Amino acid sequence: MIAMAFALILFPILMAGVAMALPGNRTRPWLLPLTGVVHLVLTLWTLAKPELQAPVGWLVLDPPGRLILLVISLMFFLSGFYAVGYLRYRGEWSNRTFTSCLLAFLGVMTLVVWSHHLGLMWVAIEATSLLTAPLIYFNRTPRSIEATWKYLLVCSVGIALALLGSFFLAYASLHEGLDSSLLFEDLLHHAPRLSKPWLHTAFVLLLVGYGTKMGLAPMHTWKPDAYGEAPGVVGALLAGGLTNCAFLAVLRIYHVTVAAGEQAYSGRLLIFMGLLSMVVAGIFMVGQRDLKRMLAYSSVEHMGILVLGLGMGGLGTWGALLHLLNNAMTKGVLFLSAGNIRRAYDSKSIAEVTGAMRRLPLSGTLFLFGFIAITGSPPFGPFVSEFTIVTAAFQSGRYVTGGLFLLFLLVIFLGMGGTVLAAVQGRPSGRSRLIPYRDTFLTGAPVAVFMALSLLLGLWIPGPIRALVDQAAHYLETRP
Amino acid sequence: MSSLIDPILVAVLLLNIFALGNSRITSVIRVIGAQGGLLGVLPLLVQEHFGLLPLLVSILTVALKGLIIPFMLLRAMREAQIRREVEPSVGFLPSMILGALSIGFSVLLAQELPMAKAHLGLLLVPSSLSTVLVGFIMLTTRYKAISQVVGYLILENGIFIFGMLLVEAMPLMVELGVLLDLFVGIFVITIIVNHINEAFSSLDTRKLSALKE
Repeated sequence: MIAMAFALILFPILMAGVAMALPGNRTRPWLLPLTGVVHLVLTLWTLAKPELQAPVGWLVLDPPGRLILLVISLMFFLSGFYAVGYLRYRGEWSNRTFTSCLLAFLGVMTLVVWSHHLGLMWVAIEATSLLTAPLIYFNRTPRSIEATWKYLLVCSVGIALALLGSFFLAYASLHEGLDSSLLFEDLLHHAPRLSKPWLHTAFVLLLVGYGTKMGLAPMHTWKPDAYGEAPGVVGALLAGGLTNCAFLAVLRIYHVTVAAGEQAYSGRLLIFMGLLSMVVAGIFMVGQRDLKRMLAYSSVEHMGILVLGLGMGGLGTWGALLHLLNNAMTKGVLFLSAGNIRRAYDSKSIAEVTGAMRRLPLSGTLFLFGFIAITGSPPFGPFVSEFTIVTAAFQSGRYVTGGLFLLFLLVIFLGMGGTVLAAVQGRPSGRSRLIPYRDTFLTGAPVAVFMALSLLLGLWIPGPIRALVDQAAHYLETRP
Repeated sequence: MSSLIDPILVAVLLLNIFALGNSRITSVIRVIGAQGGLLGVLPLLVQEHFGLLPLLVSILTVALKGLIIPFMLLRAMREAQIRREVEPSVGFLPSMILGALSIGFSVLLAQELPMAKAHLGLLLVPSSLSTVLVGFIMLTTRYKAISQVVGYLILENGIFIFGMLLVEAMPLMVELGVLLDLFVGIFVITIIVNHINEAFSSLDTRKLSALKE
């Protein structure tokens, strides 16, 4: 079965072509859930049958890749249905470019997951930037142009630095007279012999480069603008899909440094970046008046948590891998319900959004529960993974890191709480009652499913998912 | 390794300084086109023996960096009807001096990194790092959107110079992918530049300031 990797990558891209050709503005969005269903079925089938994961050239599905493939596929599956409801509401606009780019985006994200070649992975991640730019620009307001411009420029520069880092890493192996293939298998295999100065510089450049794409502070500046102006469904796919792809890149590079015996160096940098991202996110979340920008800073925070856990190694890695799943599901709830709230009030500022639970009982309630989940309260998924990371910090004797982690979580809880409660409580303004927007099945049900998954992961982690996380964490500790 | 490499790199560095000091954006774009064209020759020179694949990379680089991208940018400028960069946050002369300093800094930095025997004594690493830094200076100090795109291109050129150390190691598909991404990237960026011009009647990025805390 050589075809599986190609099917997963090429099917969405093929459907993007179909979306380009289809004339009907109302029928076209249905390609999104259709592709989502096919992609999810193929993904589950691949995960269930190890013989389907056989490597094809540069396309290899490593254990962390399996986990992230599942996350991306789930995110797209649920967001696809929501997108149909959203685009119906925006029926007066042509959604040809939007639908095509969204579909191709899924294909390219899948390529990032499968590509086990440093260069190919770079090409795929750069392609995701280009495909998401038109998605952020969908509303065509001056503000969305500004957001798209900043996104393109900051991410292009970041990605360019990642390319330089990839070259440095290649040179680290060429310098030692090793056959410098850019395949991760070879890099991991040769890791202990890589030239150390080049490896160190390469790691910094790659962390800055792919960290820009993840939205780690201080390279996060594009994030509040882009997430603030993009439609909610795009925000969900960026925060739960694309950032995880960039995290996968960081994770693979980190793995090379671990295999080279340089964990102390790279781990320290990751912990530092993680704490910095959390503190920057905390500063901007306290007193934040814009709901979507608040979610963007929350994404900065959680990307920080991911690299922090990874940098600690051991149990911390396990927690970070579980957290990427929890964060994605909960971000799905938050971004999609925030999109509904925005449409009901024609605003995303808490100056105008009040009483969301009365105005939109379903979306408002889910938004509130999404907030409770993302800030790490039991019984939701993020609680389990954040608790694991704190435990890892204290068990490994990193008391300062663990203490700061808890402090930042508390500050963020209070800051985010102020904004969210102001939005959901109270009475809806008179102006918002004049807007006819109501929750519909397509824009409500996917959000509820995301919420259910976030709750499920907090109560009980299903066996297959636990196995995926275990295998990925084990893989990162060892050298193939 | 051919003895022509170093003279070409020196010319590339001089073009960097020239680009930093010029206030006419059209001239800056032409300078970058010339730089791209010069860089396109490098893949042929770094190889021990003549091959068909380096020739292909070389032709594509000259076509893309030397002709197509400058042409796209010049057209975007004509449509936006702008000619000159406004006074940058760091003036033209100070940024030229910064550019010159970046060369010295890169030479020092490059000495810290061990080189393989075949690459000893070549200017590839310092000129690559210096070009990357010049790209950053351009990106951060200029206000017009087009100038910032040019800064990004200079940055890319710097990375391309480093890539010359890896010509034999890099698979052709990756080289082509990088070039394709660059092309599509510039294409998308010029579309956005066009929209900025329509929405704000200007390409001054200081007008893009609605989104902030």
